[in-house]
Amino acid sequence: MTVFLVQLLTGLAGAAALFLVAAGLTVIFGVTRVVNFSHGSLYMLGAYVGWTVLAHLPHSIAGFALGVVVTALVLAAFGAGLEMALLRRLYRAPELLQLLATFGVVLMVQDITQAIWGAEDLTLPRPHWMRGFVAIGGERFPRFDLVLIAAGPLVLGLLWLLLHRTRFGTLVRAATQDRDMVAALGVDQRRLFTAVFALGAALAGLGGVLSLPDGSANLQLDLSVITDAFVVVVVGGLGSIGGAYLASLIIGVLQAFGILLLPKLTLVIVFAVMAVVLVFRPQGLLGRAADAVREAAAPPLVRPAAPALRLLGAAVFVLLAAAPFAVGPFAVSVLTEAMIAVLFAASLHFMMGPGGMPSFGHAAWFGIGAYAAALAATALHLPLPAALLLAPLAAAVVAALFGWFVVRLSGVYLAMLTLAFAQIVWAVALQWTGLTGGDNGILGVWPGGVLAGAHAFYWVVLALCVLATLLLRRVLYAPFGYALRGARDSTLRAEAIGLPTVRIRLAAFTIAGAAAGLAGGLSAYSKGSVFPTYVSIGRSVDALLMVLLGGVQTIAGPIVGALAYTGLYDALLLATSQWRLALGAAIVALVLAFPQGIAGAAQQLRRRAA
Amino acid sequence: MLRVDALDAFYGRAHVLHAVSFAVASGEVLVLLGRNGAGKSTMMKALIGLLRPRGGGIDFLGRQVAGWEPHRIARLGMGYVPEERRIFTELTVMENLAVGRRPPRDGRPAWTPERLFALFPNLGRMRDRPGGRMSGGEQQMLTIARTLMGNPSLVLLDEPSEGLSPLIVEQMAAAVLALKAAGVTVLLAEQNLYFAARVADRAVVIESGRVVWSGTMAGLMGDAAARAAHLQV
Amino acid sequence: MTVLAAEGLRKSFGGTAAVQGVSFAVAAGEMLALIGPNGAGKSTCFNMLSGQLRPDAGRVLLGGADITALAPRRIWRLGVGRTFQITATFASMTVGENVQMALLSHAGQVWRFWRPVRRRGVAAAAALLDQVGLSALADTAAGVLAYGDLKRLELAMALANAPRLLLMDEPTAGMAPAERTALMRLARDLATAHGIAVLFTEHDMDVVFSAADRILVLHHGALIAEGDGAAIRADARVREVYLGSGATSGGH
Repeated sequence: MTVFLVQLLTGLAGAAALFLVAAGLTVIFGVTRVVNFSHGSLYMLGAYVGWTVLAHLPHSIAGFALGVVVTALVLAAFGAGLEMALLRRLYRAPELLQLLATFGVVLMVQDITQAIWGAEDLTLPRPHWMRGFVAIGGERFPRFDLVLIAAGPLVLGLLWLLLHRTRFGTLVRAATQDRDMVAALGVDQRRLFTAVFALGAALAGLGGVLSLPDGSANLQLDLSVITDAFVVVVVGGLGSIGGAYLASLIIGVLQAFGILLLPKLTLVIVFAVMAVVLVFRPQGLLGRAADAVREAAAPPLVRPAAPALRLLGAAVFVLLAAAPFAVGPFAVSVLTEAMIAVLFAASLHFMMGPGGMPSFGHAAWFGIGAYAAALAATALHLPLPAALLLAPLAAAVVAALFGWFVVRLSGVYLAMLTLAFAQIVWAVALQWTGLTGGDNGILGVWPGGVLAGAHAFYWVVLALCVLATLLLRRVLYAPFGYALRGARDSTLRAEAIGLPTVRIRLAAFTIAGAAAGLAGGLSAYSKGSVFPTYVSIGRSVDALLMVLLGGVQTIAGPIVGALAYTGLYDALLLATSQWRLALGAAIVALVLAFPQGIAGAAQQLRRRAA
Repeated sequence: MLRVDALDAFYGRAHVLHAVSFAVASGEVLVLLGRNGAGKSTMMKALIGLLRPRGGGIDFLGRQVAGWEPHRIARLGMGYVPEERRIFTELTVMENLAVGRRPPRDGRPAWTPERLFALFPNLGRMRDRPGGRMSGGEQQMLTIARTLMGNPSLVLLDEPSEGLSPLIVEQMAAAVLALKAAGVTVLLAEQNLYFAARVADRAVVIESGRVVWSGTMAGLMGDAAARAAHLQV
Repeated sequence: MTVLAAEGLRKSFGGTAAVQGVSFAVAAGEMLALIGPNGAGKSTCFNMLSGQLRPDAGRVLLGGADITALAPRRIWRLGVGRTFQITATFASMTVGENVQMALLSHAGQVWRFWRPVRRRGVAAAAALLDQVGLSALADTAAGVLAYGDLKRLELAMALANAPRLLLMDEPTAGMAPAERTALMRLARDLATAHGIAVLFTEHDMDVVFSAADRILVLHHGALIAEGDGAAIRADARVREVYLGSGATSGGH
């Protein structure tokens, strides 16, 4: 019983940290409609800045309290600066491009933080008062955690007062619903947005500095925190602070007990809760059903490719086929990766562009395909063709299963659920060591026989990737592809003319999963090995970057995007050790310069010229 | 009060307004007539700054406001009542009014909630009701009241009669006339000719983004040929 | 011959009764108007008929068969076409492709993955567009159509399954007066020629009184009057809650 109580309290303490981050994220989203991927970076900065600030203050309770406040203020200033320098330019951009730009910020903050504070984990010297315990029925419970437990409701109460009892709060709630209308009533949106972003950043910083006594400032904080915060915000309902609190309690307590009872399945449990909540309450626990999107720009028509473009495509294909005779083995392996990237990006585009289902977890299907092929080759000793058949098949089966939940949602919620499923797959890959080898991965996946030569396998990859990509294209021009776009354009109209939209979206989701699985299978053979990183958030973001760089609403987009992204990535990796900083800056610059993506911008140029 | 000079505006790729010019004098009710898609709403959005015009000028109270941000134009004294009402459904009536509150600029008495409830008695009976739980007519009244809280000298009313039952439309007409009596200048966009005839002093007819007729409202009502040519009535 | 019958329909939202016991019938070839103040429950009624909403009580019968709470797409398959108050079309397709989609769905050819849409059912789509006077705009993107044209496109799509019943929610909102008359005349011709029953809501009293054979008046979720134009105009209760003096609605 006591153990239960202590574990519950531990959960509540964890919930407080989660709530602080999630509250900031949800307030920012509510008003600015920006899903701020860099919110975890603000939390991480809070931890580092707090470490430095606290090092210069007396190690007393008063000194700690002062340090916490100073850190929150520093982060507020940083957040305000970030909003004015970058986000303010993005409010009119499509939702996903905003996400992409803030991911660029994540990369930049990573390298900058490492440059300033180094790669070592930084822990706080723990003075006597911080190390104290209280006795709870014979069990010892850290006294500092009681502070954390109190911090949650305290911040919730203060936020509620701010939002419901001040003019600033009324304006924030009004802007959450309709920011243009607020501006038309004479309110300076920019100052309001900057203030809101500063508030959110301060909350994240608060969470970061308060996490120091029980943990450390380290470079992994950003992505791990943002994933948890996304889950909390989505479960609670986007934009709902009360929902964020409720969800952080649920998740915090689940994590505390999960670690005690089923340490390996904690992640799975957390994400399973999210999946269940979203299926029964698609808008989250306390979220409100989204209002109809106002004046979304009409997506362009889909026309057959121009003859010139077809010729160009054919010419590039011939060049690629002849490439092994002209370039060295390193270049051939780069080209192999590029081909796989094209198929991976095309598969995501299929569900995201015409299907209107943005995925933050597309790596799941890539990874399942890779593991299926690797296991077929190493455990079942199947030949390459059979393994490459199994890869898309396995991905399709799992995609159809997960898709049953996913396709009922839309927009950010759908994206978050795909992320959740990808994290489950990642956790399985990491923790089911008996099957997947865990962190050690599966090695020795090489094409044998006639395909053992580097050139032969390259041609297989080229042929399969081009074929699969063209098939995806073909489907988009056929009735099914039109029905898919119809379900995206207007579900109401689609159902009113007899289209089974859920089944159509599920089929598209499964097809996309299969294509990504094939890409994963090819990748396994190309690299000779499979690791859990194949299913990581980074891999999912790669796919998103490629599609968004190319342009979601053009059919050639993913191809252009994949080639541009792999080229940029490889070039930066070779050129600089601070490649994350450079890549992040490049992403931000590209988003600011080409809000329609590269292919989209080219199309617009052509239209203007015509 | 307001002078629009050769205004050009695009909506996405579509060229919606072609060199539109007209002027609104202080204290009058001017109506922009025209069918849906003629460019009336685009004109309203361009005036308040929600849409940036591509060319031409907007002179409001002696300042060139074309290209300004909405909040600066609003603070100068322009109030905007959008077609879709756009009230804050999760805020109460009183909170909706609070968002619109701005200090008065000229000598006229400031609009207060009490004064507005005298004009729209229905609203006074539901001060703490969330905007989302009001009927279409009540929402339309709230959106006008909210704009008046900013003490504007000029109010842009975008199709206040759209989608409302005949009885509520009558109440709307009475409200517009009350505004005029209180010294507020009104620029109205309408399709309902009967409504316009009841409240407007002058009319400007827009067709495909161009001014095709302008003159007094009485003149338009007396000119059957112009009505038939431009409004198909 | 009765095409559609509603029997005692009820629907509440969070304790507020939106529709409380509404019954009526529409006959083949008949134009029936449903009018009433905002919030009277017209759209709720419509959405229960076409399957968007499940009634709390009551039945909807189509040609005698119970279709209560069937999914919208099943109701469409049984021969009910509908247009929406806020038009819903496929913005990323041309006008012609929108109609082709409706035809493909009617023919059960949605699950085809190979032969492109541009080689399917073009002629049939053109014929439907001709019927509603949209032929000239067949290759225009639906996303950039003027509002009146969108309304016509919706009608063409609603006709793609050769319906027995047309449900039109504010079919002429946003149209010029002459267009309104033309659209309602088109609906009348279709109703007469094919024996289609038409149920519509409308705020323009000129349209209601000129187009409808019969008028139902809804107030606070209940029917308060039923009859032809003259009877409705003369009804004191209808004048009080809905029509008013007629000064801003054309003198009705």
